[in-house]
Amino acid sequence: MIRFDRVSVTYDGADAPTLKDVDLVVPEGELVLLVGPSGVGKSTLLGAVSGLVPHFTGGTLRGRVTVAGRDTRTHMPRELADVVGTVGQDPLAHFVTDTVEDELAYGMESLGLAPAVMRRRVEETLDLLGLGDLRDRPLASLSGGQQQRVAIGSVLTPHPQVLVLDEPTSALDPAAAEEVLAVLQRLVHDLGTTVLMAEHRLERVVQYADRVLLIPAPAATPLLGTPAEIMAVSPVHPPVVTLGRLAHWAPLPLSVRDARRRAAPLRARLSDAFPVPVGQTPAPRAFEARGSGGSAPVHTAVHPPHPTGSAPTTRRPLLSRLRTAPPPPPSVQGDPATHARNITVRRGRAEVLRHLTLAIGKGETIALMGRNGAGKSTLLATLAGMIEPTTGEVRVAGRAPHRTPPADMVHHVGLVPQDPRDILYADTVAAECEAADADARATPGTCRDLVSALLPGVPDDTHPRDLSEGQRLALALALVLTGRPGLLLLDEPTRGLDYAAKTRLVEVLRGLAAAGHSIVLATHDVELAAELAQRVVILAGGEIVADGPTAEVVVSSPAFAPQVAKILAPGHWLTVSQVAAALAGREAPVPPEADA
Amino acid sequence: MTHPTTTPAQPPTPPPPGAFPTPPGTSPAPPGTSPAPPAIEAQGSGGSAPAPTAAQPPQPGAPARDGRDVLPPDLYVKARRGGTRAPRPAPGTPTGGAGNGGRRAGRWSAPEASRSNALHAGAWWLWALGLATAASRTTNPLLLGMIIGVAGYVVAARRTDAPWARSYGAFVKLGLFVLGLRLVFSVVLGSPIPGTHLLFTLPEVPLPAWAQGVRFGGRVTAEQLVFAAYDGIRLATLLICVGAANSLANPARLLKSLPAALYEAGVAVVVAMTFAPNMVADVVRLRNARRLRGRPTGGVKAILQIGLPVLEGALERSVAMAAAMDARGYGRTAAVPPAVRHTTNLLTLGGLLGMCAGTYGLLAADGARFGTPVLVGGLVLALAGLRLGGRRSIRTRYRPDRWGLRSWLVAGSGAAVAAVLIRAGSLDPAGLQPGVVPLVTPGLPLWPAAGILIGLLPAFVAPLPPAPAKESP
Repeated sequence: MIRFDRVSVTYDGADAPTLKDVDLVVPEGELVLLVGPSGVGKSTLLGAVSGLVPHFTGGTLRGRVTVAGRDTRTHMPRELADVVGTVGQDPLAHFVTDTVEDELAYGMESLGLAPAVMRRRVEETLDLLGLGDLRDRPLASLSGGQQQRVAIGSVLTPHPQVLVLDEPTSALDPAAAEEVLAVLQRLVHDLGTTVLMAEHRLERVVQYADRVLLIPAPAATPLLGTPAEIMAVSPVHPPVVTLGRLAHWAPLPLSVRDARRRAAPLRARLSDAFPVPVGQTPAPRAFEARGSGGSAPVHTAVHPPHPTGSAPTTRRPLLSRLRTAPPPPPSVQGDPATHARNITVRRGRAEVLRHLTLAIGKGETIALMGRNGAGKSTLLATLAGMIEPTTGEVRVAGRAPHRTPPADMVHHVGLVPQDPRDILYADTVAAECEAADADARATPGTCRDLVSALLPGVPDDTHPRDLSEGQRLALALALVLTGRPGLLLLDEPTRGLDYAAKTRLVEVLRGLAAAGHSIVLATHDVELAAELAQRVVILAGGEIVADGPTAEVVVSSPAFAPQVAKILAPGHWLTVSQVAAALAGREAPVPPEADA
Repeated sequence: MTHPTTTPAQPPTPPPPGAFPTPPGTSPAPPGTSPAPPAIEAQGSGGSAPAPTAAQPPQPGAPARDGRDVLPPDLYVKARRGGTRAPRPAPGTPTGGAGNGGRRAGRWSAPEASRSNALHAGAWWLWALGLATAASRTTNPLLLGMIIGVAGYVVAARRTDAPWARSYGAFVKLGLFVLGLRLVFSVVLGSPIPGTHLLFTLPEVPLPAWAQGVRFGGRVTAEQLVFAAYDGIRLATLLICVGAANSLANPARLLKSLPAALYEAGVAVVVAMTFAPNMVADVVRLRNARRLRGRPTGGVKAILQIGLPVLEGALERSVAMAAAMDARGYGRTAAVPPAVRHTTNLLTLGGLLGMCAGTYGLLAADGARFGTPVLVGGLVLALAGLRLGGRRSIRTRYRPDRWGLRSWLVAGSGAAVAAVLIRAGSLDPAGLQPGVVPLVTPGLPLWPAAGILIGLLPAFVAPLPPAPAKESP
């Protein structure tokens, strides 16, 4: 269906080709997953299939790409529109019209299909993707998952034989991502559509792939093979594969289900050795302390584990009382200087946050989770003083953020927004740093030192827009840290980052937390939360529905549990590194916990 | 697509029992040590079966297996009904839904608006232009007030909750502003209207000789104020009529009704309309983000500093959209023989020239004889050119708005109002243009007033917009 014949792509002005000598055949009806670190040319390869490379982007393509027998050299993208459907990361950039139904019809209108055919296919696609209820809705009013489904539907209506997707789930929360993946799964199985998809978050998709195409390094020869084969050698891999490699499972498990089947001995070994994993408590129910302001769990995050077993029984009655009695006056423990007390934020008539109380201890790392639109970003913006709460009180280091002049506030709270470009204004990294020093009234050179530490090897005259996603995030982080804020807020920091960039980010943030910064992350990335956070707060509809130590909150939640936790449940293991440390410790003579 | 293969997503891997290294020295792990049923934890992994997602409605028929099956039409009707938000009571049921304001739902009442019975956007514009034409024929504040009332009532009765529907309020404010401005100018700059009822006298600013004919300050009479008010009200009424059309007709649908040759221009306008709100949102977001760098969010400097990033963002978005449109087949053209192409160019060019010449003939004092025929001829040529040019486009239209009986009634009611007032203007000029010198109380000419009430017809015949959907959390 898709054939690459010795294809090389060189962009104008680049000295080295982005893709080199790619030979590749994708048969009909397969779901092929394209993996590799950032910047190896995944998007270029996808663009070559739809003809956008080189017709739209410029550059030189050597060799031959054929899709359903059509050569992309002689066919412009618009002439391939009936065989290839392309969906990108941001559905809003894809939409041409304003309502769901028109959007589904747009591609067919361009192809000149008969009105009766269009009408029928729109109805079929609405049913296929479960969009029937949304048919008249304006596109801007849909949630992220719904928008992505509409984007997929809009390229499906011309009945393409090939679907090309560039990171379709990276902006979505776990539930919305499953929605989109379920649709893709259905297309491959029911309609025989060929799907070629690039994705960074392998833990979400790798188990659905028929085959995996790996580009290990820029301009390297791609490897095509079964998921298990490729994952065994891939530099990027999901935690389930990391765990499989650690435990020497063969063939490598790709899904939680496969891994669980094989994990019984590992579970037994771990639970024999450490009934209570390091720093965790096995009580799984504590997180239901909803609405009580999260006062109880604050200290558990900081303190060593509780004795085993007794926790559920002692907490249960207290909890049931909490739920029936009116919420007690929120008590704030830890650092009382930084908290939100009973805040409500309204936008128009909608209450985005509702009577929310949260205390942030000094040096604590908190992960804020919840579906898109749950109020995570609003909470961060309120803590940073960008939004004034309608009612309630916010204090950061003893000040009300929205009433303190911004120039003072940068010394107490720093927010890295979802798109770091929002706070980058200058033309070069050096100019950006000078401005940050001036803004924060810091000694000249403070910011540049931070940039060098976080982002080694970036020349002064680089334009911030030419940096990769990970580098841009690091630059924004450095700018924000110039004011030495005690509270650091990050909104969706791992969006678009590959595993390597994520690992670096985790190291940086761990270092900051160790230096006494309080960190609050709003994230969909459960693996990141498991790596970093001591405490997880789950928001839904502007209210806190769960608040407690990471292990307790995420292990029992189907949506927010990291893969390792799902595999090793009911043990409270969250990350591969914990397991690795524990296994390594077991080989040591006498691990202290083994006596317990 | 032609071969519906069902390739399993996961290679069927029966777990080999001895595939993992058993820990040395541990007792064989009893399977019962994991009390939690693994099924619950595994749920989050994506549901390997393509289970219908939560948002999916119960489907009326089995989904098309190869995407080409056709459901029987009645099932589609059902599927569509399932999607509408508030089912209407059956015809003849005396109790109207609460959302319909207790209106009686009978055979003759307007149906609930949906995509199929949507009124043609052009009908709303014709109706509003008819009202505007009527308004331009009179300065009688009572008649103008009636026109405003008619437009306002129809907007209130048939407005949707779409974003463009909110523009009515903005137009009303603009109308009031124009009225105020007209009065202020009249007071400050004076007026050629001779008046005897002196209200007050402003200090007059002596102007140099070259500014003769311009007065600044001076006498202010009741007559000049009344004249300015009449004039201002008329301007405001025109604006309000335009605002009514704007809030009742979907601009995107209106552009969809353009002839095929003008389609590209229409797309440009639609894209611009969606970009404007995005850019405003960008400006707001970036201004707020300045706070994160410790800079004030207000002031001119803030706007200047974020100007470049906003423009860059807009440019990036437009490039992304251009790529998406190209990949979706935008700009596909049919092969057209060169002869047709040349004829198209000739017709369009000739038509435009003819229209220019004709207009000039009409406006020039001595060319009125040949003006009209040349103008009409040019118009015909240009239209033929457009029609022929449309052959290059292979686009088809998905569910275009149909011009049905209700559209005729709506457009016709506007035209009727215009016709009545034009006729009244020649029969009863005094009633439509109440005198200012001497000041008289304007009367209400009865039959023009009755004529204006015809403009209320759309409030009864146009399909009723559905009740605003409850925002799901």
